[in-house]
Amino acid sequence: MIEDTALVRARGLVKRFGDFEAVRGIDVEVRRGEAFGFLGPNGAGKSSTMRMIACVSPRSAGELRVLGEDPDRHGPRIRARLGVVPQQDNLDNELTVRQNLHVYGRYFGLPRARVRAKAEELLEFAQLTDRADDEVEPLSGGMKRRLTIARSLVNDPELLLLDEPTTGLDPQARHLLWDRLFRLKQSGVTLLVTTHYMDEAEQLCDRLVVMDGGRVVAEGSPAELIRSHATREVLELRFAPGGQDAAVPLARELADRVEVLPDRLLLYTGDGEAALAAVQRRGVQPVATLVRRSTLEDVFLHLTGRSLVD
Amino acid sequence: MTQDLLTRPAGEPAPPARTGLLLRVLPPGLYAGRARMLVERSLLVNRRMWLVVFTGFFEPLFFLLALGQGLGALVGGVTGPGGESLTYAEFVAPGLLAASAMNGAVYDATFNIFFKLRYAKLYDAVLATPLGPMDVAIGEVTWALLRGGLYSAGFLAIMLGMGLVGSAWALLALPAALLVAFAFAAVGMAATTWLRSWQDFEYVQLVLLPMFLFSTTFYPLSVYPGPLRVAVEAFPLYHAIELMRGLTTGAVHWGVLGHAAYFVVLAVLGVAVAARRLGRLLLR
Ligand SMILES: Nc1ncnc2c1ncn2[C@@H]1O[C@H](COP(=O)(O)OP(=O)(O)O)[C@@H](O)[C@H]1O
Ligand SMILES: [Mg+2]
Repeated sequence: MIEDTALVRARGLVKRFGDFEAVRGIDVEVRRGEAFGFLGPNGAGKSSTMRMIACVSPRSAGELRVLGEDPDRHGPRIRARLGVVPQQDNLDNELTVRQNLHVYGRYFGLPRARVRAKAEELLEFAQLTDRADDEVEPLSGGMKRRLTIARSLVNDPELLLLDEPTTGLDPQARHLLWDRLFRLKQSGVTLLVTTHYMDEAEQLCDRLVVMDGGRVVAEGSPAELIRSHATREVLELRFAPGGQDAAVPLARELADRVEVLPDRLLLYTGDGEAALAAVQRRGVQPVATLVRRSTLEDVFLHLTGRSLVD
Repeated sequence: MTQDLLTRPAGEPAPPARTGLLLRVLPPGLYAGRARMLVERSLLVNRRMWLVVFTGFFEPLFFLLALGQGLGALVGGVTGPGGESLTYAEFVAPGLLAASAMNGAVYDATFNIFFKLRYAKLYDAVLATPLGPMDVAIGEVTWALLRGGLYSAGFLAIMLGMGLVGSAWALLALPAALLVAFAFAAVGMAATTWLRSWQDFEYVQLVLLPMFLFSTTFYPLSVYPGPLRVAVEAFPLYHAIELMRGLTTGAVHWGVLGHAAYFVVLAVLGVAVAARRLGRLLLR
């Protein structure tokens, strides 16, 4: 069966809002069992794509198959097998934590007894058991996010769609969430994640596409992307305001490629320490220097000339 | 534990076969036949809000006491729909019954649904499940109808206790009140999808209040000159009051079926428009 190899298959997928094209013909293929990412800045079209895949937004053009079926024709049947964590939490504030899970399970037509047992399991998984009878409103951002994820699992989905799962959370809450998502992946759920954090993409995703302005600008595993679009290391040189322009010609001589940012120069090179030594030998005086490995941020910068998070 | 969390019991859950009339005529994207899940949700939510539910019941009761007993002492008798002589309380009570069915249903279908639609984003969450906009419309309207029906049942019981029911036909006033509540809730929900802010609720008031005052609730149609009568006869509440007054006073004739049919049409149109609008707003 085709569906066993690709849970999502998009060809030339387009989303228009009036005259505006939010998604401009993207090709994507998500395989069973992998964690697939959409990395891109705000406005790239990530949520629009996710909503089309979640069968709550009809596509404007192109081809789309989710779990082997056409969302236009079999939306409800597909949605029955999906878990959705939207960008904005939309928990039911009129219900308690536990009731949120109960009621959501009922929307999927699950019998009451099954829903009750499932809710306890999920409360445990989301580490919310001791808040089970509390209102939703006073929960912390991280707890709400965990509850939204727990809710999305109530129907044992084969494919879990997570739209910016950790945006706005503090580092600890993010790590806890990543841990939960990692467990899900281990247990065989296919994850589809959007994010504008490169560390999140690197942590979670086996493969990803980089999106910008409604298009896919690169595709591959995080390591592949870094290999093909950036060098192994980066030397960052910070200068006092106005001081860096003089250093640009030298930097171009020493590195494979140079990005000029408002406050610093990025020198892409196989050996950062060697480049730094050369810079210092030639008498350039940066305020601060840093040698680091390339990240997806560098890939994005290279592909679009802008940073991911402004 | 994550393991058993995520393994699906074999062969489960197959989508139910589409039986039932609505399920056969409506596309599956619109209706999954699971509207009752929203009613379940409302029951759960309102378990803790019985007080709010009760205020809606006392309002018409206070009106009945003030107007029927108080003002009624001054007014004396009124000629009923069948030409018989009624006390003013007997005359005004079915009018208030119809109005309470309308108010209960419309308030729930406008204020509460507006909040859930625009602020709580409840329906966005619901539509991410297999449910469709028609499930939402039917489920929410049914809840509004249950609420309106609850008011009506209580009010009918009080009418009975006060000796304001003149006929066994009054038994049918409860199902009639449910039908009226359903229709008003459906139209109210449809209208709510066009409201943009809380200020827009003034328009709802602007429609409800004159309808409450002028739809022969407090005096018979004969008070109006000819052309105004035609206008009043166009109000939905007028048909509801005619229906109730016919049933509680025993002046039942074929025209009663006409009034009932009016509400069936209104209910079907309201639900259809509400579902279509929800789809337009949320599934884009
Ligand atoms: N419902 C909508 N109506 C009009 N424009 C929209 C709508 N949803 C998104 N957009 C526009 O489409 C573009 C992509 O949005 P979105 O998919 O939310 O991007 P992302 O999730 O990557 O931040 C943005 O410019 C946004 O303003
Ligand atoms: Mg987004």
